[in-house]
Amino acid sequence: MTDSSDRSIAFARETMLPAREPPVSQRGIVRWMRENLFSSPMNTILTLLGLGLIFLTIRAALPWFINGVWNANSLAECRAIIAERAGPDASGACWAMIRERWHQFTFGFYPPDQYWRPILAFGLLFAAIAPVLFAGQKRNLMVVIAGVAAFLLVTLYLASTPLLAFVFAAALVIVLAVLSQTQPGKLMWFTVLYPALTFYLLWGGSIWEPVTAMFGFVIIAVTYRLLVERIGVAVSSAIGVVLAMLWWLFIDAHVADALASALPLALPKVNSDQFGGFLLAVTIGVTAIACSLPMGILLALGRRSDMLLIKTLSVGFIEFIRGVPLITLLFTASLLLQYFLPPNTNFDLILRVIILVTLFAAAYIAEVIRGGLAALPRGQYEAADSLGLDYWRAQRLIIMPQALKIAIPGIVSTFIGLFKDTTLVAFVGLLDPLKGVTQIVRADINWKGIYWEPYIFVGVIFFVICFGMSRYSMSLERRLKRDHR
Amino acid sequence: MKKTVFLGTLAVAGALAGVASADTLADVKARGELICGTNTGLTGFAAPDASGVYQGFDVALCKAVAAAVLGDSTKVKYVPLTGETRFTALAAGEVDLLVRNSTWTFSRDTDLKFDFVAVNYYDGQGFMVKKDLGVTSAKELDGATICIQTGTTTELNLADWFKANNIAYTPVNIADDAEGQRQLVAGSCDAYTADASGLAATRATLADPENYIILPEIISKEPLGPVVRHGDNNWGDIVRWTFYALVAAEEFGITSANVEETATTTQNPEIKRILGVEGDLGAFMGLDKEWAKRAIAQVGNYGEIFAANIGESTPIGLARGLNAQWTQGGLQYAPPFR
Repeated sequence: MTDSSDRSIAFARETMLPAREPPVSQRGIVRWMRENLFSSPMNTILTLLGLGLIFLTIRAALPWFINGVWNANSLAECRAIIAERAGPDASGACWAMIRERWHQFTFGFYPPDQYWRPILAFGLLFAAIAPVLFAGQKRNLMVVIAGVAAFLLVTLYLASTPLLAFVFAAALVIVLAVLSQTQPGKLMWFTVLYPALTFYLLWGGSIWEPVTAMFGFVIIAVTYRLLVERIGVAVSSAIGVVLAMLWWLFIDAHVADALASALPLALPKVNSDQFGGFLLAVTIGVTAIACSLPMGILLALGRRSDMLLIKTLSVGFIEFIRGVPLITLLFTASLLLQYFLPPNTNFDLILRVIILVTLFAAAYIAEVIRGGLAALPRGQYEAADSLGLDYWRAQRLIIMPQALKIAIPGIVSTFIGLFKDTTLVAFVGLLDPLKGVTQIVRADINWKGIYWEPYIFVGVIFFVICFGMSRYSMSLERRLKRDHR
Repeated sequence: MKKTVFLGTLAVAGALAGVASADTLADVKARGELICGTNTGLTGFAAPDASGVYQGFDVALCKAVAAAVLGDSTKVKYVPLTGETRFTALAAGEVDLLVRNSTWTFSRDTDLKFDFVAVNYYDGQGFMVKKDLGVTSAKELDGATICIQTGTTTELNLADWFKANNIAYTPVNIADDAEGQRQLVAGSCDAYTADASGLAATRATLADPENYIILPEIISKEPLGPVVRHGDNNWGDIVRWTFYALVAAEEFGITSANVEETATTTQNPEIKRILGVEGDLGAFMGLDKEWAKRAIAQVGNYGEIFAANIGESTPIGLARGLNAQWTQGGLQYAPPFR
């Protein structure tokens, strides 16, 4: 049978044919385009319209970018160079303005020979927030600190830093690098000291002022440690704060003066009115972000508290601050406070603005965190109670870690909003990068009439910073998501 | 810093109403620094240069007062103020003196309790149009769209003037000068109205200034001058007479270059009194003999300041016009130093 069948069938395929490629319309780029761009008549029209728009935008903007001039001393020179290169009707960007004034966009009127101070403070900022962002992850910590080291090496060299400061920075970074690999937990101490260090670096003056000011916090910590077992968290922290206030108000200044006369260590003083540009935006933004988160947590807890007074105060604060535009608060900081202060009080405008921006952000953060708290199932609270944890322990160990995780996108978007809102300080005469510095640059007869270039420059930098924050928050969410997979 | 925070908080709690000190001169001398409110940036009048040093026509007056009072024109701290914050800052004592191209008006002088002690620049509101619009007078602007900064006196002047001349217009609101310039060039408005000095500066920086004209009508009076608080008349006198010393110096031909020489060679008794060679005019205001001499030596006379910052040799190229000496047909007229 096998024989005959062999003969009766003229041809039998013994192997599978290799799969043929799908038709051109069903594969590769063509398929992708059919599916994504031309899947229906409506989408085809929209795609064509979109392409047309992109084409028109590029056609209008590209020559402007390509004709950009970097080397000129005034807008008129820029125009002459562009006309010479690309013909009389060509338009072009005049980036030469950025080249001449970039330091004012970055530092405002900060004395040029002291530029290393904000640069160092900015570099160390990342080393200080790394332990918070990447708690205990040695690899990430190392990456951040190496990045900081590379950044500082290049920028400090370019800013012609004095040798002593350079050595100090190098030693500090090496210590941090070693700590991050041996005892990453200890890095938190640097984070705690960082505000005082930055304050000293940015404003200068005697080193003893920030040191004695920090001592006030030591007082709070020691009082709390000593009393917390006996009288509870709230009362012991309150006593600590009162003692620290007494220290700051009556003793601090005298001790600082005495120490300064005994051992004068000082950097040249820089006044707040010399701050400007991104230095100002970052100073206000970072301080407000750092201070508003703990404040917001307390306010959120206060709003959910059973104690009538605390609840009323928290609700009143949050609703009042959220009900008022930020510009109103800035004008309050700049104008109204002056009337209440005693004559000739030199209460720094930047400080006033930072305080009100912090309050503003804290009210929003409080509501975001309250959202996180509300999303927690009731069982979590009851579980904490059933373990016998007291209020603060329950909050710290069980409630807050979960609530904050839920609230991350909201918190970060509040921070991004806050950072961008720092440009509003232009309305009270501070030199923010977007309007303040742009205005003084345009007031120079050489650059008057320049329009897009400063906006593009400042916008790009803001985008980079905000985009970085947003990417970090997304990666953080992914990392913390494990339990919900 | 912490200390100031808490002092500040305490002070607010105590609701201590701030009353600015009545003796500004003593304050300035004790501080060793004059705090001068300036514009956040106005071409030719007040703007920091690339190294952050304030320059300009208004700034020069701050420098002159510092030279007269403290002997050094560099001992000035400039506080940039916006249109909204300027008068409050002055009233609250944040600045000793406001030289921020502020128009002297009745209500500012009386209701806001300030003194405009002099007029250092006579300005007025004008119009700039494209040449190919074919308009040669502001009265031909019937039905035109006009770019105007909101919240300024220029807005009110414009409404008044068009109403008085019974012609119609469409306002286009803009935020600042840069935007006005842009809108005019882009053709979004037919005319741009602002102070004539600002229009001249704007026109000078256009890519094609020859295609734009400033119309001859000046529709408002804008006397710009230094402002001090009510109630400290001596300080007002110091600012007023420092300014007049600069004006008189131009009238008498005293310049920053020849002031020393003039002081020794002059026979004119009034020049001698101004320069402190004869009499002791400064003592009446609590200053020394050579206050005016120092001001002239360190910042130059009125004409020199004008020429260096906004005059015809600068790109802004303003003519003296109303700001010429009274002997040249202008309005700058210093009372006698006697």
